[in-house]
Amino acid sequence: MKLEGKVWKFGDDVNTDEIIPAIYLNTTDPNEMATHCMEGIDPDFMEKITPGDIIVADKNFGCGSSREHAPIAIKAAEISCVIAKSFARIFYRNSINIGFPILECEEAARKIAAGDQIEVDLASGTIVNLTKDETYKAQPFPEFMQEIIAAGGLMSYVMDREMEQT
Amino acid sequence: MGMTITEKILADHAGRAAVKPGELIMAKLDVLLGNDITAPIAIEEFRKAGAERVFDKDKVVLVADHFVPNKDIKSAQQTKLMRNFAREQELTNYFDVGEMGIEHALLPEQGLVLPGDAILGADSHTCTYGAVGAFSTGSGSTDLAAAMITGEAWFRVPESMKFVYHGQRQKWVGGKDFILYTIGDIGVDGALYKAMEFTGKAIADLGMDGRFTMCNMAIEAGGKSGIIAPDKTTLDYVEQRASREFKVYESDPDAIYCNEREYDVSKIEPQVSCPHLPENTKGISEIGDIPIDQAVIGSCTNGRMEDLRIAAMVLKGERVAPYVRLIVIPGTQSIYMQALYEGLIETFIEAGGVVSTPTCGPCLGGYMGVLADGERCISTTNRNFRGRMGHLESEVYLSGPAIAAASAVLGRIGSPEEL
Repeated sequence: MKLEGKVWKFGDDVNTDEIIPAIYLNTTDPNEMATHCMEGIDPDFMEKITPGDIIVADKNFGCGSSREHAPIAIKAAEISCVIAKSFARIFYRNSINIGFPILECEEAARKIAAGDQIEVDLASGTIVNLTKDETYKAQPFPEFMQEIIAAGGLMSYVMDREMEQT
Repeated sequence: MGMTITEKILADHAGRAAVKPGELIMAKLDVLLGNDITAPIAIEEFRKAGAERVFDKDKVVLVADHFVPNKDIKSAQQTKLMRNFAREQELTNYFDVGEMGIEHALLPEQGLVLPGDAILGADSHTCTYGAVGAFSTGSGSTDLAAAMITGEAWFRVPESMKFVYHGQRQKWVGGKDFILYTIGDIGVDGALYKAMEFTGKAIADLGMDGRFTMCNMAIEAGGKSGIIAPDKTTLDYVEQRASREFKVYESDPDAIYCNEREYDVSKIEPQVSCPHLPENTKGISEIGDIPIDQAVIGSCTNGRMEDLRIAAMVLKGERVAPYVRLIVIPGTQSIYMQALYEGLIETFIEAGGVVSTPTCGPCLGGYMGVLADGERCISTTNRNFRGRMGHLESEVYLSGPAIAAASAVLGRIGSPEEL
């Protein structure tokens, strides 16, 4: 699967309070969460983006709380993918579990600039910077996580296994 | 080859003789936790998957603590959804207003988390329970939903980092100061994906409340878990509370650590973490003149008996500075009661503070102490991210209860020694 979009760039340690402030955690509706996506760091974010755009950040993206609302808000905002130098572990896990693609790539995080147009091939982990005509290689997912993603997220994966056992 | 306490617990729960860091395992869980923020999403996922019953009604613990007593209609809807689920599933351990407390103060107090357990909680501060010698980690709602069905979760066995604390701690220094100092040393991603194992004489000298504080903030260094091997202090605490068997593990002498760090705590003064990351720590003597508008004493980090006793010791006979609000939040109903018996609540109120029912409220900017534009708060909570406690242009400084209480009186960040 290939994704293409314009890049919005963020720095180190973007936390889940910035991705979706806690006052908006009183809902389970993804579309409502999306309206507050990145509000704690860039209040105008939702007015600026177009569907398919890509977030690129430096180290420890998604640190802080365990709120799944954070990757849900980004996914529902129709951001197609997040690339970072590294991710906080609960955010990473939550993204895999809801079937939202994220990639760890130090080189991409360093070289991609805000506004660059990039193309991401999730299967190979290849990131092409169309603006700069550069290619970066991301860490591929471990096989175990590929199975979860192939099943369409953790719940489908679990239910498939439950079916096999009964 | 030797194993760490974390590797041993995970091996046993995966039905294996041994595990190594980096291995992916499926582990059986002893306790699952959700709250009024995270459980509603998990319950919706549980239903979408077509599941009907949780795998074990004794092992799924739900606590309404973030926005209760409910702050608005939406949070009331969320809590109602969780309450109805708890009733339908006949959960043994559902805690609502009147019985609830801040989850990470409540579960240990109720004897629900025990040494040797493997625990998954849909709350990042689930790492708190490592203080009883359990493997305990935070997750999101989908992980909780899946585990409610299967009783299991997948984990990558973490590498362990060893933190050894030597020496005698200074006056007004506690577990909060140790952990803030450590986060200041290694940074907010210094233990990313890793288990943080705390040990040494200065840890042995800490009571359980200080140990809970330390493990609680492992996540603020990016850690997967924090853990302290059980000793007599641990066993005295859990034995009077446990209603099931538990198993005590300890690390082998030849266990492998990816990093070992040593601290002489006699050189650690009370710590303050400055905006907007927990790693921005300073000793109280270096803090300078920082006026405050509000002080909060409470939360899953520092809302326990020992914390309230220290705060009351500082506040006794003192008066909160003009134009400063002091908010004290006991972690659970029984902590509240005990504080009442000991006269601590009276001390707080006489000093000009307010005392709230247990809630996570202000820590995450939910309610009960939200900050306005330009306001500054000293807080015994765990995160000082931009906008964490309210307006994006407000500031949060983190500290232990002694500094927070003294600051409320001084009207600026300072030490009890200045009173």
